[in-house]
Amino acid sequence: MNKTESLKKKLLGTPYFIWSVIFILVPLGMVFYYGLTDRSGVFTLANVLAISTPEHSKALWIALFLSVIATVICLLLAYPLAMILSRQKNGRQSFIVLIFILPMWMNFLLRTLAWQTLLEKTGVINSILEFLHLPALNIINTPYAIILGMVYNFLPFMVLPIYNALSKIDINVINAARDLGANGLQVFLKITLPLSIPGIISGITMVFIPALTTFVISKLLGGSKILLIGNVIEEEFTQASNWHLGSGLSIVLMLFIIINMLLTAAFDKDGEGSFL
Amino acid sequence: MKKLLCLALSLLFVLSLLTGCGNSAGKNGEVIVFNWGEYIDPETLSLFEKETGIKVVYEEFDTNETMYPKVETGASAYDVICPSDYMIQKMIDNNLLAEINFDNIPNIKNIGEQYFEQSKEFDPENKYSVPYCFGTVGILYNKTMVSDPVDSWSILWDEKYADNILMQDSVRDAFMVALKLNGFSMNTLDESQLQAAKNSLIEQKPLVQAYVIDQVRDKMIGDEAALGVIYSGEAIYTQRENENLEYVVPKEGTNVWIDSWVIPKNAPNKENAEKFIDFMCRDDIALMNFEYITYSTPNVAAQALIEDEDIKNSKIAFPDLSQYENLETFQYLGSEGDDLYNSLWKEVKSE
Amino acid sequence: MKRNILQKIYIALIFIFLYAPIVTLIVLSFNGSRTRAKWGGFTLKWYSALFQNRDILQALFNTLLIALIASIVSTIIGTIACIAIMNLKKKSRAIVMGITNIPMINAEIVTGISLMLLFISLGLRFGLGTILLSHITFCIPYVILSVMPRMQQINPYTYEAALDLGAGPVYGFFKVVFPDILPGVLSGFLMAFTMSLDDFIITHFTKGAGVDTLSTKIYTEVKKGIKPEMYALSTIIFLTVLTLLFLVNRVPSENQEKKGA
Repeated sequence: MNKTESLKKKLLGTPYFIWSVIFILVPLGMVFYYGLTDRSGVFTLANVLAISTPEHSKALWIALFLSVIATVICLLLAYPLAMILSRQKNGRQSFIVLIFILPMWMNFLLRTLAWQTLLEKTGVINSILEFLHLPALNIINTPYAIILGMVYNFLPFMVLPIYNALSKIDINVINAARDLGANGLQVFLKITLPLSIPGIISGITMVFIPALTTFVISKLLGGSKILLIGNVIEEEFTQASNWHLGSGLSIVLMLFIIINMLLTAAFDKDGEGSFL
Repeated sequence: MKKLLCLALSLLFVLSLLTGCGNSAGKNGEVIVFNWGEYIDPETLSLFEKETGIKVVYEEFDTNETMYPKVETGASAYDVICPSDYMIQKMIDNNLLAEINFDNIPNIKNIGEQYFEQSKEFDPENKYSVPYCFGTVGILYNKTMVSDPVDSWSILWDEKYADNILMQDSVRDAFMVALKLNGFSMNTLDESQLQAAKNSLIEQKPLVQAYVIDQVRDKMIGDEAALGVIYSGEAIYTQRENENLEYVVPKEGTNVWIDSWVIPKNAPNKENAEKFIDFMCRDDIALMNFEYITYSTPNVAAQALIEDEDIKNSKIAFPDLSQYENLETFQYLGSEGDDLYNSLWKEVKSE
Repeated sequence: MKRNILQKIYIALIFIFLYAPIVTLIVLSFNGSRTRAKWGGFTLKWYSALFQNRDILQALFNTLLIALIASIVSTIIGTIACIAIMNLKKKSRAIVMGITNIPMINAEIVTGISLMLLFISLGLRFGLGTILLSHITFCIPYVILSVMPRMQQINPYTYEAALDLGAGPVYGFFKVVFPDILPGVLSGFLMAFTMSLDDFIITHFTKGAGVDTLSTKIYTEVKKGIKPEMYALSTIIFLTVLTLLFLVNRVPSENQEKKGA
């Protein structure tokens, strides 16, 4: 390929390169600018260090704690599901997978709100339990309800990458292992699991980050009684109008995202476990 | 996949035809209104559009605190806003409001003089605001669930009603309850008083079912909770829907508030804004709004038009404020005061 | 055999978990009472009320319009960008891909806030335009990430052969390269469309006065009690998508594509 041809092709990317500078890099730069200055525009680390005050660090720890639990539950639920799905006949496979994505077409706020209706003190589940003379389930407005909301909303993001990784596994490899005398558990531990690690890692990222940073689920299912770091940041911007503090806390949040990215990169060098 | 796409696209096309393009502005321009949720009879908006040819762009907020940053940044320009007393004072202090030309609002005569008098607390020269609704804050309780007499804020700290209490999810309202409980002014900046209030709120938190705003109404109607802190205007509506509910103004005193129409400085359609305010002050329109939202109207002419004698003489709709002591109106406490309240509130919420 | 039954039970349980809220919403859309706490008998009135409700229809229109424009624009920009990225040296390609990944990996709340800060400092009037710009921004990465793998699988020599045989670059691209990457482009488009449709957080920070999408409309309504018309609308949307899915699956697709959107 000659040079001018290649140059021309590179030029084709100009709109996107300009776009990504203006709408990705500059805005991020502004978050850093606000986060590292005070109201009079003087450099300060106070907004970032504000994370160490009891109310902020508590919100961060709760968010971390709940999102880790939600991620683990998602993984435990999704892995067997993805395995079962990947073993279906080809024709049915895509249909069943779509069935599991279908709820995503229902607005995410409405779905979460529906859980409110289900879980409420006089809600659907409790009415059924009462009818069966079983003790009532009181988890609305508690951390359990928030975890449930996280698992519910982000489960498909765990199923899909694992499913993609599993369906890429060559059945001949598994057959060969069996021929060589491996039992079911050995096949799983030595072949299936290692080959699906990229999917697991990408699933963890896709679930953990939105769960860590959510403010909607805690608001709807936690009755505004439990403050997550996402709620703190949202309120700094929409209510307290202290953008500097909000940006400073966002920088802290991004640190966790970067840590997560580095971990991901260490496990998944070729980007195999992509969501798509 | 291709087929799915074709189907999706054709569906989209049909839908867009169906919903039509309601985007075009009215022949006399538009007016952008920023109001509380469920705070107007939508019918009055269409009437206004029909009579004036001005298109109403309507947007809602849920607390004064969420409204303010949107106006302050100037990112979206509004023509008419309906904040409460202390927030109006804050907006005046920060130079965000335009003076209203009262010559363009002849219907102002319908508004009772005493309400303008009351407005002087936050708008000393009555230059910036036109009263829209007023009322108190109190406790709404369910008679079947609460056996004790309800006359004090302290019942919200009674462990008998654990997980049956709804608190307001906004800084000033929540602190008002706690400050009044402790016998302090709700406009205090005294550190020790605020700490005491904060501790009361933290002590109360395990008993609270949820911190909500407008949802108090639906939850109380649905028997979800026994006690809730609520604005007086909601009381009549909720009683209509659930006859077991009763509204009380606690003896320790409470907040008397006024929500008024104001016009921000950067309003793109100031003349239309004044037309809108004038329209809202018309007696028949104010009556429609009163009957729909059941919040007390300062519109004396509209009060006279109310046919239902029970409502007309209702102590809830038109309270005799002289019978209560310790009534106060919120005041703007400066940006440092705001920060103080916000950080204390965050401590309560993160506990 | 036993294992098979266990698997079926497991799938059924997850299925119930995923669909319980949706069934609830559908049931609520037929509830005669205005509050969701009480059952007021079966009714269809919310469906007729829905078509009278200008606000909700306008929000639906906005949502679809934004999703459509954002996904088309991001598909075009993204696909073209892929051609360019393929021709970059390894190092610069890594940098560009790194930047591309940011909106996908970053927290939505941070993306939303950063765009809000940008628009304010540019002095833009918040409205449909700012929502569109933000949606295009977070949609492009999905397009690039689904087109790139296809692009990498293409044999570069077929394109060069086409050029040698006298095809112009554009003609050559559409005749030789485009058919090969089409599945990637389509799934990128659908992905972008879905993401835009379901977005709430970024829209929440970049929307302006009186311009609502379904998500932001619902969010305002959540605080004061959802109007039952909204349940009716989501039931209609859900059933439409479900029907589409069945239709597509009954007619065997000509180009069997295993990976869904």
